[in-house]
Amino acid sequence: MNAGDTICAIATPPGEGGIGIIRISGEKALDIASRVFAGAGGRTVRDYSTHTLHHGELRAPDGKRLDEVLVAVMKAPRSYTCEDVVEFHCHGGPLILRLGLEALILSGARLAEPGEFTKRAFLNGRLDLAQAEAVMDLIAARTDTGLRVALEQLRGALSEELGRLREGLVRLLVEVEAGIDFTDEDITFISPQALAQGVTAVQDRIGRLIRTAEEGRIVREGVTAALVGRPNVGKSSLMNALAKADRAIVTPIPGTTRDVLEEFVNVRGIPVRLLDTAGLRATVDVVEREGVRRAHDALARAELVLAVLDGNEPLGAEDRQLLDLTRGKATILVVNKSDLPPRLDVHHLKGLTQEDRIVWTSATGGAGLEELRDAIRDAVLKQGPEPSEGVLITHLRHRGALERAHAALAQVRLSVERRMAAEFIAVDLRGAVNAIGEIIGETTTDDILDRIFREFCIGK
Amino acid sequence: MIVQAHQERFDVIVVGGGHAGCEAALAAARMGARTALLTMEEDKIAQMSCNPAIGGIAKGHLVKEIDALGGEMGRNADETGIQFRMLNTRNGPAVRSLRAQCDKKQYRLVMQATLRAQPGLVIVRGTVDRIETSGGRVSGVVTGAGARLAAGAVILTTGTFLKGLIHVGLNHFPAGRAGEAPAEHLSDCMKEFGFELGRLKTGTPPRLDRDSIDFSALAPQWGDDPPLPFSFRTEKIPMPQVCCHLTYTNDETHRIIQENLDRSPMFTGVIEGTGPRYCPSIEDKVVRFADKPRHQIFIEPEGLDTNEYYPNGISTSLPVDVQAAFLKTIPGLERATMLKPGYAVEYDYFPPRQLHPTMETKLVEGLYHAGQINGTSGYEEAAAQGIMAGINAVLKIRGEAPCILDRSEAYIGVLVDDLITKDAREPYRMFTSRAEYRLLLRQDNADLRLTDIGYRLGLIHAGAYRRFCEKRDAISLEKERFLKTRPRLTPEVAARAATLGLEGLSPDMTLAGLLRRPELDYEGVMDLTGLASHPAQAVREQVEIQIKYEGYIHRQSHEVDNFKRLESRRIPCDFDYACVKGFSREVSEKLQKVRPHSLGQASRIEGVTPAAVSLLQVALERSRRT
Repeated sequence: MNAGDTICAIATPPGEGGIGIIRISGEKALDIASRVFAGAGGRTVRDYSTHTLHHGELRAPDGKRLDEVLVAVMKAPRSYTCEDVVEFHCHGGPLILRLGLEALILSGARLAEPGEFTKRAFLNGRLDLAQAEAVMDLIAARTDTGLRVALEQLRGALSEELGRLREGLVRLLVEVEAGIDFTDEDITFISPQALAQGVTAVQDRIGRLIRTAEEGRIVREGVTAALVGRPNVGKSSLMNALAKADRAIVTPIPGTTRDVLEEFVNVRGIPVRLLDTAGLRATVDVVEREGVRRAHDALARAELVLAVLDGNEPLGAEDRQLLDLTRGKATILVVNKSDLPPRLDVHHLKGLTQEDRIVWTSATGGAGLEELRDAIRDAVLKQGPEPSEGVLITHLRHRGALERAHAALAQVRLSVERRMAAEFIAVDLRGAVNAIGEIIGETTTDDILDRIFREFCIGK
Repeated sequence: MIVQAHQERFDVIVVGGGHAGCEAALAAARMGARTALLTMEEDKIAQMSCNPAIGGIAKGHLVKEIDALGGEMGRNADETGIQFRMLNTRNGPAVRSLRAQCDKKQYRLVMQATLRAQPGLVIVRGTVDRIETSGGRVSGVVTGAGARLAAGAVILTTGTFLKGLIHVGLNHFPAGRAGEAPAEHLSDCMKEFGFELGRLKTGTPPRLDRDSIDFSALAPQWGDDPPLPFSFRTEKIPMPQVCCHLTYTNDETHRIIQENLDRSPMFTGVIEGTGPRYCPSIEDKVVRFADKPRHQIFIEPEGLDTNEYYPNGISTSLPVDVQAAFLKTIPGLERATMLKPGYAVEYDYFPPRQLHPTMETKLVEGLYHAGQINGTSGYEEAAAQGIMAGINAVLKIRGEAPCILDRSEAYIGVLVDDLITKDAREPYRMFTSRAEYRLLLRQDNADLRLTDIGYRLGLIHAGAYRRFCEKRDAISLEKERFLKTRPRLTPEVAARAATLGLEGLSPDMTLAGLLRRPELDYEGVMDLTGLASHPAQAVREQVEIQIKYEGYIHRQSHEVDNFKRLESRRIPCDFDYACVKGFSREVSEKLQKVRPHSLGQASRIEGVTPAAVSLLQVALERSRRT
């Protein structure tokens, strides 16, 4: 990346749309945009004041008219990237946008790398690291919950929480360091008990954050659930019933075809990828083996199994085989066809599932679907009934850093307990401070001494 | 020897005979350079102008490092020390530090004798009025008497003498130290070169007459027995050892000080310079920590055959009558008479970001600054800069690569890097918390870290180096023994382990494995196994520390690898920060001012954010490609 360049890219998704936006950012954004734009009264982008919108023509460098556009001007530093930013709002055809982009590149802009606008916002100090990542999440969010979590992170909620934790640790570190460098003073800076207490408090909060990481990952990336069951128990109807109301908005995933066997559904804010194992049936050898193989396959991929049974029939040998396969997996037993007379003995089933998650549904009538959604959410989010309202850890990078901080603090407590010398305690405490700092992109050492002077009477 | 110096040509001229000047002159001369040390008063060379002690927390580390490089401060303190104490023994090995009370007069005389005996070094009496240059490079100095001395390099170690102004109460008069004249013209000459000047202040307490102190009312404080030396080359401490004492201020002391603040130059705004927060005056402490009922005072003798005592902890610039009044309220000092009143001194310094890491100034080639002129406080900080300036001046003249210690190698490296990188708002003093790699930079391994460098530079004699190599070999052999020996678990060993409460001993456990147990130290392992200890204490200590804290040491070594990566990303001297888009004005100005020599150094500049460092990294990459 060359930070000094002026970059451009189509900012709206590919395909046809009402409008399509081309964005330019950088030192020469105003000049380059002026070269391809002609506004009313012979005016152009350079002449406009910041944060205004104007009508005009987008033109190729040879003067050929490309489109009738609106141009938005945002001058540095009050823009997304803190640089001069210009946006052309064109008609949303792929060809128009491509020609517009070409015109800009011919006029001196460079095609942006993926994420480069956000990277610049980070480099120019507009966003911290966690916030920059939140932008990516915001764009990729598949459900409203995902969106909310990403927005919170962008607003700085995660950064604030981490900042508080870091501050708490820095305060303790100041005391420990003062105890080392000013040992001749007649002051006890911090008792081992107070240190252990302070560290434990922060460690607990970090622990809580780490525990949200699983939920955060689910909210961000979703989970895969496999629908298994004999034919005709109503798997496809269930899949349709779940998908119909809340079809998740998804972008195509490379390498997979979206056939009828797979569907993204939004279950209580969680993106759930439903896999239908249609081939699971007990017939002659070859097919049976194939069926079992596919079931195994789906089961292996799935984090949650929806085992569907026919409530209108007694439990058969095939059902038992199926239930055997789900052993050791998070499973919900879905007893379908609740609108028909019950012939399945529930007491029989209780012995078969470990977690006692049984839901009666009628895929055709719609009964029990809400309960099924709840059951899926509960099975996926072990934390509680609703995705947390507070800060969620959604990135592996954050989780890794928090785990390092957590481990370092555990070591601090152990060292305090073993009455290790203060300098070893300080190493781990510093390690924890730096690990948290990594998440928000703040690893420079604070002037601990400065704080010591501010807070204590230090003689010679 | 003293020679007539007119029209003389030297390789190196050192201006000033304080602790920085002594080390600079000795290093240069020992490396074979023809060296002159200019001083106002020969008898004041190596004067301890403040407290009569060398070392202390983190400062002791510096002394050991100076010693390992072949400097003089450690040996001189060993020669003249009258009380040695290892501080911080309740903390671990990395932050232990040695401190020695010295006989002030002896300290000075012994150092002066060393200087006089040094071949290639001459002492010249006089002040310096001007630095002469030719083509932007130093060519010599003009003394106050008008003599011109030619030199390839000049090292300024003028301490507090640049426009020094002494304050006692609201009276003030120009002076370098109490009773000595300041250097007036040099500051102006430096301003003409374009050097930026700052102003700092420091203070000193009144000196008390031994016969007037009631020692029976004071808590005695003895030194270590036997005393351990600073120098790796010292075999025994020659001076008789004495006792220090401890007393405290009280409410009445504080009341008197409070009532007379309007007569303090600091509180009335007469002193403009910034004073150190870590060694604040007693009036500072009383004001800033009003809720503290008492402050401690160490009563330290200034020597064996002097009546002068130094009350450590009550630096002051209050008027003499107030000093006398508050002294009377302190237990043991009720009848104390002052031999000299306390005073504050204000002086010019040159903010050291104007230096290269070699201590050479960026403005004038061949001109070096070391010591208090750079805004540091303390003899040890001064001496550390002195030896580095002396070494690098000679290397420069010879056209050889400079000797720069980095933050992972030595406290000296931390010191120099901090000086050239950070804005000092007060006199700079070393602390262990300034060193990121503190566990590696111990006082016990200063010789292992730096003796090779000192030897290569020609500052460590062959004999001393041979003894060092023997010690190093002995340590690795003994470590090897610990890592390889699996002691037999005889019934006797098992019984001893049981009495110690040691559990889980297994036959494949090595001596090193035992030593790592929190319950055991080196001696403990030997007692347990019945094996023979190594005869040398220094070897036993190294093996114990290196094995016992191996995990921590490894981790810090790993951090050092990361650190070195950023340090190795050099920034060209003429790099144009203005061409990097996206820097805030503050960041841009800071970088312009400091002109860091590496990306690592840039990241340590205050106010330079990680994002700015990334930006700089990108810009560097780009300028490299074009």
